[in-house]
Amino acid sequence: MIESWLKSNTYHHSVFWDIMNIVREKQRQQLTISLCIPTLNEEATIGKEIVLFKAELMERYPLLDEIAVFDSGSSDDTREVAASFGADVYLSSDILPDMGTRRGKGENLWKAIYQLRGDIIVYVDADIKNIHPRFVYGLVAPLVYRSEVKYVKAFYDRPLAFAQNIRPSGGGRVTEILVRPLFSLFLPELAAIIQPLSGEYAVRREVLEKLSFPVGYGVETAHLMDVYQQHGLAAFAQTDLDQRVHHNQPTESLGRMAFGIMRTFFTRLERYEMIKDLGKMNTIMRQFQTRDAVHEHLLTEIQEEERPPMIDVAEYRQRWKK
Amino acid sequence: MSPRKKPETFTSLRRKLPRLRNKLDNVCEMFLANLVMLSEIPAPTFGEEQRADFLSQRFAEAGLVNTSIDDMHNVVGIYPGQGDEAERNNILIVAHLDTHFESTLDHSVTVTPRHVIGPGVCDNGLGLAVLSTLPSLLQQVDWPLESNLLLLGATRSLGRGNLDGLRFFLKHNRLPCCAGLCIEGVQLGRLSIMSVGMLRGEIVVTVPETYDWTSFEARGAVALVTDVVRRMMAIPLPRKPRSTIVLGSIESGTSFNRMATHAVLRFEVKSESSDIVRATAADIEDICIELTSESHAEVALNVIARREPGGIAFTHPLVRRTRGIMKALDIPLTTNPSTSELSMFIESGIPAITLGITGGEKLNSLREQADIGSITTGLAQLLGVLAAIDRGYCET
Repeated sequence: MIESWLKSNTYHHSVFWDIMNIVREKQRQQLTISLCIPTLNEEATIGKEIVLFKAELMERYPLLDEIAVFDSGSSDDTREVAASFGADVYLSSDILPDMGTRRGKGENLWKAIYQLRGDIIVYVDADIKNIHPRFVYGLVAPLVYRSEVKYVKAFYDRPLAFAQNIRPSGGGRVTEILVRPLFSLFLPELAAIIQPLSGEYAVRREVLEKLSFPVGYGVETAHLMDVYQQHGLAAFAQTDLDQRVHHNQPTESLGRMAFGIMRTFFTRLERYEMIKDLGKMNTIMRQFQTRDAVHEHLLTEIQEEERPPMIDVAEYRQRWKK
Repeated sequence: MSPRKKPETFTSLRRKLPRLRNKLDNVCEMFLANLVMLSEIPAPTFGEEQRADFLSQRFAEAGLVNTSIDDMHNVVGIYPGQGDEAERNNILIVAHLDTHFESTLDHSVTVTPRHVIGPGVCDNGLGLAVLSTLPSLLQQVDWPLESNLLLLGATRSLGRGNLDGLRFFLKHNRLPCCAGLCIEGVQLGRLSIMSVGMLRGEIVVTVPETYDWTSFEARGAVALVTDVVRRMMAIPLPRKPRSTIVLGSIESGTSFNRMATHAVLRFEVKSESSDIVRATAADIEDICIELTSESHAEVALNVIARREPGGIAFTHPLVRRTRGIMKALDIPLTTNPSTSELSMFIESGIPAITLGITGGEKLNSLREQADIGSITTGLAQLLGVLAAIDRGYCET
């Protein structure tokens, strides 16, 4: 299954070069497509993203119906810059205020489902230095062309030296030493998703609204596991978007990310009854640093709280007449 | 040029320009997107293919006629005019594709509300953004022209490229051009109408392997090239006609404690008089010969490019009308001679000018900075000049 899926559902963005054709097919199916850019202090990169996507994918080729920034409360000028280039800008805490506000990117992605009108929602991170229209059309196209595909994930070349035409699969550090081993152990078909943690993906609303959303590090892992449980591997596709240039995170941050992902992962295994008697997992991540020969114990609380499926939220059903 | 009726006066054309500038606000995003995408494709001189391919794709998408890439990898496309096909004039608009930056450098561009920042954004991402956006822009602001526009992205312009791309195009082009516009990103208000005489060269100092380093007078390449500089600066140059020697760069050496065996000095001699360029070049050659004989190292002059002075007069109708258009848009005028594409037009006998599109700073650095706020003014200026040429107001 994995081999045949890799052949049939893995793309390179260049096969979708004819954007006008994607637009024609989108219009024929009367689809609407929304772009969600979650932000927190991204004033340096957000302007370019909005300019490129708006000019290329709204004005030149009417692929996108709306471009929206969902901000977690930036202290810099992210919201002002995005608005000045014509994006719809939302402060995450202003959406569904009765449900309160949680910290984390997953919160923005979840609230976007309530706010945006697209049949397809494409998520693109705001910190990409080499942003290009392919980051959107490369992800949207498999959904437009193939009705059975529900969730399209990005992956990237990593500029590593390789020989004999064989190259590493291209995941990041957390992917290669945590997520892929976990998938290989418990859900081996998902190991074929080359970059399960990439922040760029496009999803049909009918799928998104039925997913619960961890608000923190586990959101991408949870999506993959839940969509796989509900629809199987055939619902996924993945697109090679060439390189993605961004700032690398320090190892300590990756450790905290891994902690959050594991909590989400094991919670789901228990929910699927793949493991039993897991017990209560700790919420404290313990890290250590040495300063002047003294070993300091650093404690970080990582809750990985989850938002319910949007379809279970009354305001959502009312707004979209569900 | 064939005589044509003048459907509007130049005065009424000028009056339209401030309103045109306001309309251009709506297409500015498309311009910025093209500026970003073109600037992020590395295009060092002799390595412009990728950028040329992108521009060619943009021309094809815009429906330009006869879009093609020639043997020099120049990109050309024709935006057809609305006049009678047999009587249409051709206006050639050129921007160079190459930059000073190696392809290994990070070409990422940043967009802030006021600026676009990155290597090559001003020189000449802006010019290429003009070429790629112009067809959509003319349609969106409803600015009809009778003449054909020949849009040319020229390769091999800078440094050792020596304008070879444009030279090749002009040599092989069969469409007669009534006027030429060279687009250089900055500065808005720039109006170049003359080319100065120029000699671009490099002096290469090579210390042979057999050099006697124990000799008391032994000097490495750094000292020798410094001596060349000192002697070049002592060459007498007249104030009139205006003349100068520009010392562009020196490369030499690898460490603190080893004498360099190789040095390269790059320079240009510029003058309003070709005689002075030739005489100065002869002086520099003498310096090289003298130093070679004194030092036993090899000091060689390589001439990379030459330009003859020339151009059109300040009173030429093309210049006069352009000044009128700039005044209508409150653009302060700066006239500077040029040694770039303009000189090729002069050699070919085509009346031409060089225009800037917006303000900019930190030129030739990795953080070249183009002002967003003035771009619509620069574009309105360009459309005004095109209309003036098209309506026949610039004919002698």
